[in-house]
Amino acid sequence: MTEANAPDGTAREAAGSPLTPVLTRRWLSPESWSLRTYEQLEGYTALRTALSLHPDQLTELVKAAGLRGRGGAGFPSGVKWGFMPKDRSRPHYLVINADEGEPGTCKDVPLMMADPHSLLEGCVIAAYAMRANNCMIYVRGEALHCIRRLHHAVREAYEAGYLGENILDSGFDLDVVVHAGAGAYICGEETALLDSLEGKRGQPRLKPPFPAQAGLYSSPTTVNNVETIASVPHIVNGGSDWFRGMGREKSPGPKIFSLSGHVERPGQYEAPLGTTLRELLELAGGMKDGIPLKFWTPGGSSTPLFTADHLDVPLDFEGAAEAGSMLGTTALMIFNETVSVPWAVMKWTQFYEHESCGKCTPCREGCFWLAQVLERMVQGRGTEQDIDTLLDVCDNVLGRSFCALGDGAVSPITSGIKYFREEFLALCESNRGQDTTEEPALAGVAR
Amino acid sequence: MTVAPASGNDTAQSRPVPEGHVRLTIDGIEVDAPQGELVIRTAERLGIVIPRFCDHPLLDPAGACRQCLVEVEVNGKPMPKPAASCTTAVADGMVVRTQQTSQVADKAQQGVMELLLINHPLDCPICDKGGECPLQNQALKHGRGDSRFVDTKRTFPKPVSISSQILLDRERCVLCQRCTRFSKQIAGDPFIELLERGATQQIGTGEQQPFQSYFSGNTIQICPVGALTSAAYRFRSRPFDLVSTPGVCEHCSSGCSQRTDWRRGKVMRRLAGEDPEVNEEWNCDKGRFAFRYATASDRITRPMVRDADSGELRETSWTEALRKAADGLLNARDSRGVGVLPGGRLTREDAYAYGKFARVALGTNDIDHRARPHSNEELDFLGSSVVGTGPEDGVSYASLEAAPAVLCVAFEPEEESPIVFLRLRKAARDSGTRVFHLGQWDSPGVEKTTHIADSGSPIHSGGLLRCLPGGEAAALYELPSEVEQALGEPGSVLLLGERCSQVSGVYTAAMRLAERTGARIAWIPRRAGERGAVEAGTLPTLLPNGRPVSDSVVRSGIERAWGMSTGSLPSVPGRDIDGILAAAESGELSGLLVGGLDPADLPDPEQARRALRAAGFLVSLELRPTGVTEHADVVLPIAPTVEKSGTFLNWEGRPREFEITIEGTGAVPDCRVLDTLAVEMDVDLFTQTPQAVAAEIRRLGPNPGARPKPPDIPAEPVTEPSGDRALLASWRHLLDNGSMQHDEPNLAGTARPPVARVSHGTARRLGLEPHQPIRVSTERGTIALESEVVEIPDGVVWLPGNSGPAEVNEVLGVGHGAVVGIAAGTAPAPGTTPGQREPGGEELPAVAGNGHTSNGHGPPAHGSNGNGQAGIDGGGA
Ligand SMILES: Cc1cc2nc3c(=O)[nH]c(=O)nc-3n(C[C@H](O)[C@H](O)[C@H](O)COP(=O)(O)O)c2cc1C
Ligand code: SF4
Ligand code: SF4
Ligand code: SF4
Ligand code: FES
Repeated sequence: MTEANAPDGTAREAAGSPLTPVLTRRWLSPESWSLRTYEQLEGYTALRTALSLHPDQLTELVKAAGLRGRGGAGFPSGVKWGFMPKDRSRPHYLVINADEGEPGTCKDVPLMMADPHSLLEGCVIAAYAMRANNCMIYVRGEALHCIRRLHHAVREAYEAGYLGENILDSGFDLDVVVHAGAGAYICGEETALLDSLEGKRGQPRLKPPFPAQAGLYSSPTTVNNVETIASVPHIVNGGSDWFRGMGREKSPGPKIFSLSGHVERPGQYEAPLGTTLRELLELAGGMKDGIPLKFWTPGGSSTPLFTADHLDVPLDFEGAAEAGSMLGTTALMIFNETVSVPWAVMKWTQFYEHESCGKCTPCREGCFWLAQVLERMVQGRGTEQDIDTLLDVCDNVLGRSFCALGDGAVSPITSGIKYFREEFLALCESNRGQDTTEEPALAGVAR
Repeated sequence: MTVAPASGNDTAQSRPVPEGHVRLTIDGIEVDAPQGELVIRTAERLGIVIPRFCDHPLLDPAGACRQCLVEVEVNGKPMPKPAASCTTAVADGMVVRTQQTSQVADKAQQGVMELLLINHPLDCPICDKGGECPLQNQALKHGRGDSRFVDTKRTFPKPVSISSQILLDRERCVLCQRCTRFSKQIAGDPFIELLERGATQQIGTGEQQPFQSYFSGNTIQICPVGALTSAAYRFRSRPFDLVSTPGVCEHCSSGCSQRTDWRRGKVMRRLAGEDPEVNEEWNCDKGRFAFRYATASDRITRPMVRDADSGELRETSWTEALRKAADGLLNARDSRGVGVLPGGRLTREDAYAYGKFARVALGTNDIDHRARPHSNEELDFLGSSVVGTGPEDGVSYASLEAAPAVLCVAFEPEEESPIVFLRLRKAARDSGTRVFHLGQWDSPGVEKTTHIADSGSPIHSGGLLRCLPGGEAAALYELPSEVEQALGEPGSVLLLGERCSQVSGVYTAAMRLAERTGARIAWIPRRAGERGAVEAGTLPTLLPNGRPVSDSVVRSGIERAWGMSTGSLPSVPGRDIDGILAAAESGELSGLLVGGLDPADLPDPEQARRALRAAGFLVSLELRPTGVTEHADVVLPIAPTVEKSGTFLNWEGRPREFEITIEGTGAVPDCRVLDTLAVEMDVDLFTQTPQAVAAEIRRLGPNPGARPKPPDIPAEPVTEPSGDRALLASWRHLLDNGSMQHDEPNLAGTARPPVARVSHGTARRLGLEPHQPIRVSTERGTIALESEVVEIPDGVVWLPGNSGPAEVNEVLGVGHGAVVGIAAGTAPAPGTTPGQREPGGEELPAVAGNGHTSNGHGPPAHGSNGNGQAGIDGGGA
């Protein structure tokens, strides 16, 4: 796990640095995960403020702050909260998506490791706003250490009266359950997550009904990402104007950028939305050993690749989209010139083949096929025609799948071929002219 | 397909959109569709067929296969990606472009088709589905001619058995989830599930947990590929070699429409037919798989007479057999008379012929088709409240679906009328119907109609009202107020099962309850022929169409219609089945004419056999040898259902007509045999063909007179016996030792294992270890069966009626509600079958029980404390 590279947690803004340590500002404090440290550093002060407000005022506050979901899609959080019914005829649920499965993404786990109480405080405020008395935190099962820490924090919070019945004498009750997933990427998709939480096979549900109408146990539910919810106490304390003071008009606020790969100092860098890779690279000490940048993902492997041409793309929801990719989870996987694009693309495709849930035809069969073609190419047994086949199969998967996993699966392939076609061609050089489709389509042996 | 321009398109603008509808355009055609309709259905109504695999109109949408993608515009804005037409509901102003007008949709569909095929085996030539395979058809219609896939296909060992009947070929599976959704949503038997993920996702069952469902065959039928096949039909034929004939199932009173596929005079398979008002698109495995009894090697094809010298039956000509039969019956008639036992499996037309034969040729009302436990109270109930009703004015499947509450009284829907069971589930799942059961234990059928597991949270509704066997009548007077209230909501229904005839006072109690609450009553017999026979008049008190025997005006009308002289119809009600048998045994009757029944069906098979043995002259009309055959003087072969035409009335009273499926076998229906036999006796029945009979029934019309009076029998109190005695509760499994399931080993493998059920308390009392056999005895015999502890009242033991060694009538000579002896049995040696039947003569405590109330004697009234209170289990709104 990467430790925070943010400067010591006290200064709100280090002069001259583009860093804006908000979510990360306590990470380097001693025993930052403990309730004591948290309380010393403004912990649970936002909760007191929040509980004195009307729930709907909190939703309005989050709307005004312009907070957008940090789980990948960037949906405005206040709007999402507003979808929850106001009546309490059925139980309401708040579900925290801490599955963090997107390749390259490593912000939620460090946040929960270093500052679990900020998530819990956010949970109480959000649950209060949405009139939910139950909150589930669905954590990726492999993150065992993190789960223990969360359990510990939950216990501390119960003992201190921040959770449980009649929280801080407000009359508001909240129970938090930490649930360990079993390690399936698809269980990060919010409806698959809900099925998994219900003890069922984790596969995405048909929408509508949307979770706000019929989510967990067919009751009104909101699913939010860890980072989204951990931002909430800061908004309550700082106000929407303060929050909007960072980032850009449509994508306000600070964001944890996870830099990994060929950089000198990989890690979490919290900076305003709209920061560029060039700026982030500077913070991270530049490319490792000075070997030039070749390609990178702006937000995990499901977001189309960028190249060195995109160093100045503002990394916010609009900026990334305008440049042909997506902000995703701001997981910047950075590769230098020593890395073969087809090889990296093959690795990612193998991931999607492994993680496709199997529900729908395009993703299930498409990933299976794409992975085989790429494996064959990387072994030097591809043909130029395979490149066309790859692109056409991608076209038949993108936007045809049941959920966004299928869309994400083809991103590396289409963008990889778009920017680095010659690398794919070079791999096929030895097979030029060979028309592989003349081979019989009969099955061989099982793979 | 060419798209016709919308007719009257210009005027359409001015046409108002009907209430609850929206107006949209599909491939340029403007159409109004009910709100919430799925685009794929609206398109279908326009004749635009969008290819699909996972979509099924009776299952919740899944959107899994993605074959049905179309382009959609809402509010003038194109949706960013193609939408699955099977999950997209219509909306006002929506513009839909299918593969016919959109390149994007066409390419998307081609792409999905190609993806479905990359891992599909080239099995068509050896695949059962070949020739009727949606994948094959759609691939040929919309797919590519060649394959771009040159890599390694996914393979699985094939096939795997998921039950003794169903085989699964995972390579052919397109993972549409129709089978799993059917099993979960419709049947409530989620024993098949998706396993693994991604490209290795597959259908499978739990370890050591086969696909246990009475409805499993439906998954074969709705599987859009050849992934699910049946052991019975696998590799037997190709669809294009088969002739398909619509028919009606002869197994139970649900009345399923079915399709029989046959070739060269032989039935190869049966499928569920489509009838939205009755079986929708489903049937049960008995209806689907049990048909080889009709071609069993021991089928009787030639008439037989008993040789005077050898005493053995010998085959002979129809002429001789009919002559002998006519002579014998005439003699017997003129001596002390003949009783007629037609059995409950006949068509209405055949039953009518028996009824007319009895009255006209034999001059008697001694006729009763109820070859099962029965009572006089039941007789009165049938005459006063059942006969003459139909789906229009009585309870129907549709009324079950619409009912706020349904109470099943001594009725086990899953075992006795599987389509009623499916409809109750549908009602509970979709319309919030609360289903209550008055019974003894939380059987699978009770569980599945009261706890509906589904996507989302399970629905809990209704519940079991536990009472002692025989205590059903008393319980109906003391229902929990919640149930009584629910039944008071308009449209609620009481369903009375066959077992009611073994509980004294229950019909009366149900009618009182109906009066109190306004609920309507339906009678659901088990056998397919029972309802029609009531109508046809094969009861000692009823002439055709509900005319009471005792009404002189009605009688003279029938006399005129039948061309009889005035006053020639017997005017006193006849004997019921027990009475007829007793009279035959004592010599008060000189002869018997017996249709398709087996002594073992009767409440007291031993008495039945004595009567058959003693009968002066016995004529048997049969398909295969039974316990009747060995005593018969003349045996006349008759046609099985597939070789004749006729009408079954299902429990609703709905006529289910069918034509001959297999022609030219020379087999003739009962009505024709009886007609010819009557001619030999110088009587004209005019029942030569079922069509002629049907016409006569129509001409007769409904009963012009008053209905007979309803029964008025008080409820008998029942008390819990102690010590080594228990009350017997018993009903039959759908799949059991029944003779019409003969020669179907794969089907038999899916039957529920026969076990005896007792409470914790009873088990403790007997010192039973888990699974230790329990011995259930009367003075006649003992049934030893593996025990299972369930929540059932103490002092009650439940046995399946006719499964494995548990042949309750035969071995014990008593039925539901009787007092029996119970004792712990010896644990079976490993490897032996769990239960065994033992010969009679067992020593047991003095037990006088005969649970049948067939003679109107009422159940054994041991003790005097009323036991009517029934609490609701697992209920709640
Ligand atoms: C295949 C797939 C995987 C996902 N994994 C995650 C995840 O691990 N964590 C997460 O927060 N959101 C994940 N999402 C996004 C969620 O579906 C959902 O949009 C998000 O949790 C909503 O929270 P937010 O509004 O706070 O961003 C995933 C989506 C898809 C399609
Ligand atoms: S795109 Fe389809 S197969 Fe892939 S994860 Fe989503 S639902 Fe499952
Ligand atoms: S399922 Fe259909 S396409 Fe597949 S092998 Fe069988 S007949 Fe052919
Ligand atoms: S076995 Fe048949 S019905 Fe079941 S998922 Fe596979 S293709 Fe669909
Ligand atoms: S038929 Fe529509 S997705 Fe399968």
